[in-house]
Amino acid sequence: MTTQPRPFWSPLVAGLALGGVLLLTFLVTGHGLGASGFFTRLAAWLADLTVPGWARSNSYFAPLFVDHPLASWISFEMVGVVVGALAGAASAGRFRIGIERGAGIGGGARLLNALFGGVLVGFGARVAQGCTSGIGLSGSATLALAGFVFLLGFFAAGFLVSALVRRAWQ
Amino acid sequence: MTLPLYDSGAFSALFVGFLFGWVLEGAGFGSARKLTGQFLLRDWTVFKVMFTAVLVAAFGLWLFETLGWLAPDGVFVSQLLVVGTALGGLLIGAGFAIGGYCPGTSAVGLASGRLDALFFMIGMVIGSAVFAAVFDVIGPVVSAEAQVSPTLPEFFGVPALAVILALTAVAVLGWRLGSRLEARFGGPLGVEQVLAGLAEEGSTRRGEAGFVERAVHPAE
Repeated sequence: MTTQPRPFWSPLVAGLALGGVLLLTFLVTGHGLGASGFFTRLAAWLADLTVPGWARSNSYFAPLFVDHPLASWISFEMVGVVVGALAGAASAGRFRIGIERGAGIGGGARLLNALFGGVLVGFGARVAQGCTSGIGLSGSATLALAGFVFLLGFFAAGFLVSALVRRAWQ
Repeated sequence: MTLPLYDSGAFSALFVGFLFGWVLEGAGFGSARKLTGQFLLRDWTVFKVMFTAVLVAAFGLWLFETLGWLAPDGVFVSQLLVVGTALGGLLIGAGFAIGGYCPGTSAVGLASGRLDALFFMIGMVIGSAVFAAVFDVIGPVVSAEAQVSPTLPEFFGVPALAVILALTAVAVLGWRLGSRLEARFGGPLGVEQVLAGLAEEGSTRRGEAGFVERAVHPAE
């Protein structure tokens, strides 16, 4: 903990780098970056472990059990994301274990908010068939109508709901 | 060489995933307070980074296709859903404002040591399972695809480059507006502010030794 944390990258540098990684992903794989698909697979796998039989007979999860539900490109990609972010945070002296919250909210309430927000996002990502990465970022890069409609909804709800819960972050 | 390579192997996944995580962490997207600062108007990093990345990738795809290096219609394009795309965007925006992350950035948050990101992930697993449980009821409505051309250039009948240039103009205007609002509402969160917030957490609630020794209380 003696190392001085290095500053975040400038938004321009980070944006150019992210665009480069996204372009590389398209050229190599034929599709963009994603994230929520991994959590769908994780949910199917964990559901199968806890309630045997249900996930395999559920009409949404069943197709994921043709192979192991986690056996997918996006699972390896997310392993890479965690390792890459860990390497970045550690090498820049930015890794800290803790609960991140605004001053106006306790740690327990923050964890409940995180859990509830996660439920909304997990459900919403299945409704949209993708998330900020898969539809918002990757979809918009292909100039897909879906990408921009998604981002309009994302920012509209974000600003509205944020106005209601802003005390939790300030 | 013909692109895309259509390489969906484990190595390509780990490689681009590593770069994705590295860049998101560098942008500061492992911090829930920095991410939600976008919606409090004080930190426009999310808008700036996302819009820049979209334009770089969109221009690159256009260039490679124009030069004949990338197969036309060679990359996957998401189809607009009648209900699902907008409704899902709204739900994810709401969940992001409350929970502090989106799916990709929660993985970056966890990798940066954030326990709240872990709870967010548990929530996502629950939310995905709830969707699967009610899929037979709501699936036909939310999953229906819109019968429209999938991309902006096709939809409006204009060249892709014109769309990219128009979006660039929007990005420049949004960037300038964002920088002005940042100046008015306290400015983007730097790494010291992000870590100081954790330090307060450590010293007041959790008693994490690592935070107490670095506890900083700015503005006091």
